[in-house]
Amino acid sequence: MTELKMREPLIFELSKAGRGAPTQFPPLERSAVQVPAHLRRSAPPTLPEVSELQVVRHYTRLSQMNFSIDTHFYPLGSCTMKYNPKACNTYAMLPEFLGRHPLGPEPQGFLACMYELQEMLQEITGMTAVSLTPMAGAQGEFAGVAMIRAYHRARHDAARTEIIVPQAAHGTNPATATMCGFIVKEIPCDANGDVDIEALQAAVSPATAGIMLTNPSTLGVFERKIVQIARIVHEAGGLLYYDGANLNAILGKVRPGDMGFDVIHMNLHKTFSTPHGGGGPGSGAVGVSARLKPFLPLPIVGKDGARYRWLTERDLPQSIGRLSGFMGNAGVNLRAYIYMRLLGREGMVRVAEFAALNANYLMKRLQGLGFEAAYPQRRASHEFIITLKQENKAYHVSAMDVAKRLLDYGFHAPTTYFPLLVPECLLIEPTETEAKEDLDRFCDAMASIREEMRHDPEKLTSAPHTMPVRRLDDVRAAKQLDLIWNATAGG
Amino acid sequence: MSDKVPGDLRYTKSHEWVRQVHGGAPNGAIEVGITDHAQSALGDLVFVEVPEVGRALSAGEACAVVESVKAASDVYSPLAGKVVAHNEALAGKPELLNEDPYGAGWLFRIEAGAAANISSLMTASAYETFLAEESK
Repeated sequence: MTELKMREPLIFELSKAGRGAPTQFPPLERSAVQVPAHLRRSAPPTLPEVSELQVVRHYTRLSQMNFSIDTHFYPLGSCTMKYNPKACNTYAMLPEFLGRHPLGPEPQGFLACMYELQEMLQEITGMTAVSLTPMAGAQGEFAGVAMIRAYHRARHDAARTEIIVPQAAHGTNPATATMCGFIVKEIPCDANGDVDIEALQAAVSPATAGIMLTNPSTLGVFERKIVQIARIVHEAGGLLYYDGANLNAILGKVRPGDMGFDVIHMNLHKTFSTPHGGGGPGSGAVGVSARLKPFLPLPIVGKDGARYRWLTERDLPQSIGRLSGFMGNAGVNLRAYIYMRLLGREGMVRVAEFAALNANYLMKRLQGLGFEAAYPQRRASHEFIITLKQENKAYHVSAMDVAKRLLDYGFHAPTTYFPLLVPECLLIEPTETEAKEDLDRFCDAMASIREEMRHDPEKLTSAPHTMPVRRLDDVRAAKQLDLIWNATAGG
Repeated sequence: MSDKVPGDLRYTKSHEWVRQVHGGAPNGAIEVGITDHAQSALGDLVFVEVPEVGRALSAGEACAVVESVKAASDVYSPLAGKVVAHNEALAGKPELLNEDPYGAGWLFRIEAGAAANISSLMTASAYETFLAEESK
């Protein structure tokens, strides 16, 4: 265990007037400086003045304080970001891809990749058509629900104003439905994590526009009544929206299109292994059934004979429109394409199988250590929940204390306090890429923390002990944001 | 987890409390807040949004939001009626709700309509039984 006790100053605090490496500046091209005089700044910007070696050391030291998937087991899993094979990045950085300008001639190689990506996503999800335009998961969700709205409007069915959202749906779903102008109707789940069918039957009406569902749900279990749910919602005239947050669990095993879904958004940056550290960029591709195809966001890649081209409003006059300047985050989509090509059809199935195997192995081992699974009757999908309700009562330690203590053992903490349905919970998703040895090391740490809980709970409640910073005051951080270094305030 | 449940209040399954306030409106008004159990489960609050004065609420309608570092949750109006006051102090000091959920941390008051029937809500002992069931 390395003990990191350093306090790294801000790069601005390292600054000393006149220091720098100006000989390494690229030559200034006069022709590029055509900004009108009145728009040019009169004083140079306040940038840190530091040597090259200071910059290298500063950022290297910061990176050493970081927990990342490249250095640590990261049980947040695909919910946040799973391992991105380096090859995806390498091939997407080929100069022929990077040098492409969206206003240049339609590049046949790149368009072929995007066309095939659309086709592969259709195949793996069982949908009729796909658009790669949405820039992130939130925009993909928005596009999905906007298409549901456009569909009902096109049929002059204005009375459909409600979207049903089960408790086990993804947390962002109610926000998306509200953004699209719908009223959210929440329905409960039963004790085994399935949607409460009676509550669903009571909730559907001629006002039902659709239902938003995640399967497997955020409870980490497969929704077994999905066919029945689809029938109830369709019979009421509503559509089914699939949140692709947990697609990792079912790749090549079962398809949302076959379950009866009408629209799905996929987080390519989660399941299809493209980077989105630090909040972006992501990609929220959407797939639809035949009846929503006319409403897909533009542009989409089409094919005339052997030639690929962008489809526009002329091809899809009922489209909900454009969501980005050109066609979404092209580089992210390209990485997803490479990932899928590297895996192939068989590899894709293995992703789901290993993700589920790793999750179930970890769940069984933790249960064996005495931890309580939130849904012990159910097999885990790609993730599972343990609840520390009993430990909280017996030893006055919380899920947050366990999460913080894990950092001392060299593991990133799993998701805490989500889903809200389960008290004192940890949501654990190992993903397909962890070796058994790493899973076992995580279990050893949990066993050891369990011992500490009983004999030395203070070790948990005051954790972390070995990190560059101790327990942070997250309440004050939320109330008093301190984000900007200010030169006049003296740093 | 602290779970104080004062005997003179009424409660809902979604963890709101209701207090009968006499005087003011003809039939009196009711004061609404969230229970000690609810604030303790949410953790330290960083933001509270209360309904506007004058807004007509139906029973069970989501009308306030309490946000902690863990989660943002809706608060539901226990009974139907018009909002006659809300707790302005919470905007600057959301921690009042953690410190004193049944007093300084109240959320809003509604002039309960004729149909409003406070006795339809849970008594303190019924709420305590409900909490015990829920934590099993």
